[in-house]
Amino acid sequence: MGDYIIPSKYLLKHLINYEIIEPPKITSKTKEIGEKYSPEFVCTPFKYTLGTMIEALELGANTLIQFGGGCRYGYYHELQRQIINDLGYQCEVINLISGGKLINLKSLLKKFHIKKLKGLYYTFITIKMIKYMDKIDDYIRLNACYEKEVGSMKKIKEQMLKAFSETKGYFDLIKKYYYFKRKLKKVPKVNKEVMKIGLIGELYTLMEPMANYHIEDELIKMGCRVKRFTNVTYLLFQKKKAVKKYLKNFFIKYRMGSDALDNIHHTKYLCEHDYDGIIHIKSSFCTPEVTAIPIIDKVAKEYNVPIIFFSMNLNTSETGIKTRLEAFYDMLEMRKKR
Amino acid sequence: MSRITIGIPKALPYYYLNDFWESFFSNLDVDLVYSCDTNNEIIERGERYANDEMCLSLKVYLGHIDYLKDKCDYLLIPRIEDYGNRNQMCTNFLALYDLVNNLFDVHILNYNISSKEDELKSLIKMGEEIDISEEDIKKAYKKSIKLKTDSKKSDQDNLLIVAHPYVVYDESIGKPIINMLNKYPYNIIYSDCFDAEKCNINGSILSPNLYWKYPKENIGSILMTPNLKGIIFLSSFPCALDSLVNEYIIRKIDKPYLNIIIDNIDSLTGIETRIESFMDIVTQN
Repeated sequence: MGDYIIPSKYLLKHLINYEIIEPPKITSKTKEIGEKYSPEFVCTPFKYTLGTMIEALELGANTLIQFGGGCRYGYYHELQRQIINDLGYQCEVINLISGGKLINLKSLLKKFHIKKLKGLYYTFITIKMIKYMDKIDDYIRLNACYEKEVGSMKKIKEQMLKAFSETKGYFDLIKKYYYFKRKLKKVPKVNKEVMKIGLIGELYTLMEPMANYHIEDELIKMGCRVKRFTNVTYLLFQKKKAVKKYLKNFFIKYRMGSDALDNIHHTKYLCEHDYDGIIHIKSSFCTPEVTAIPIIDKVAKEYNVPIIFFSMNLNTSETGIKTRLEAFYDMLEMRKKR
Repeated sequence: MSRITIGIPKALPYYYLNDFWESFFSNLDVDLVYSCDTNNEIIERGERYANDEMCLSLKVYLGHIDYLKDKCDYLLIPRIEDYGNRNQMCTNFLALYDLVNNLFDVHILNYNISSKEDELKSLIKMGEEIDISEEDIKKAYKKSIKLKTDSKKSDQDNLLIVAHPYVVYDESIGKPIINMLNKYPYNIIYSDCFDAEKCNINGSILSPNLYWKYPKENIGSILMTPNLKGIIFLSSFPCALDSLVNEYIIRKIDKPYLNIIIDNIDSLTGIETRIESFMDIVTQN
């Protein structure tokens, strides 16, 4: 999922004695494979991950790790394992989170002969790495629209990712982070008026640039200051605390499953903080988001902030999305001039 | 003062909780009003409020709400989260209350079913809304019986329908299909006719990592049906849970099966043809 392959690869490389095969980047071939073997109306992340899994198996993998999560995501692995076995591959699928809970960490440690202290140390570094990455990403999203030479921040980020993958230890990581952060801040900037856009929606489609057809880059190219809440740091460490606060929201009384509540609250936040427009992205058939959309729509209408909904599918045309985005942007510009 | 009327939409949670509601509210000083059976008009009404990716059953539910909204003082909309960590619910049930509250301008009676919250406490809170004392609620709750079903045993050849009750018992979605099946000399069994606890255990045998209550019980019934000749999976388009669970079970069983997904009740002729050819397979086996 996005760039998070680097910290996860780092963690596995140091913990277990297996050869690690980096899953190939999602291409149209991945989509084709995923579409072919998936059930018809399952949500799109299933198809992407299944396609990637089969491609990794072709490269010789025999153990796959599926992250799992709150909604349907926690059950993916069972069906995926069955589909893969039916196709004739011999492999094991390990799922980490199921039904909203982390499962059997102890047996996992035993299975791979991981020493507890060593495991703790490298998990700690990995978490720190993810947090740093998210911080840098947030900074780039908010500031890339001002840069003098388009794409210079992205170049620095790529250098940083490369450096991170070769991290030697905790202090090395900190040193590298501040080095690149300073470098980012020195990027020459132009002062200009920009559009403030909030990006909300379902987590996989938000975080995997292939699944949202690089919508973030597109927005930055147009000259938008993009605010996105969802990232791994938020999902793993901040969400639990935040949800309690969100329940005091005027519009909702209960948790609505997965990220629906968060998105409704974030809509309210964006409206109250003078954002020019909101973009909601989800994969098609994402049930929690589908029930949240009418409420999100209502909130945005009440504050009179324009909002656009994208439902991403494997067959969504990239030009179609671009056209809709441009139209949305033009509309925002006209509103601003008035 | 006239008695309070409480409206109950005949969709989604109605099929799970109505037996409880009936006996619970009969002990209180209120009247119950039910919406009519699902028909074309109700579905059309629901589609006006729903967005196009909602599942058919949820659209039907919104239609029932629209039908009832002027006919009663309060609408009864529970929010069901889970019955324990391994027995979770579809997210539509989690969102029902907030969805209706934001889409419609109605008075809602709401209580919460969750493993984290006591049901009785939630009911008492609900009673405060309509000015019914804590004592009365407690009494009524004690007297009310909870739903219990027993399996019907039969030596005939059985056909099992694996479906959520809100799909299979619905007048417009499931009934026409049951009528088509009744023409054939098989005994039809519904997946919710068995003891829920046993079904639950059997469900976890078939799919150890499944953590949704009702799909688990549905598939558990497959192991409990004697003389099973064929299985019909019935789901509303695009049911989130069935899309994964049914696909998984189809890969596991070696019985003849038919997977019907209903997204529009106008096009039942196509389904009739599929049922005919499926029945040919079952008879030949």
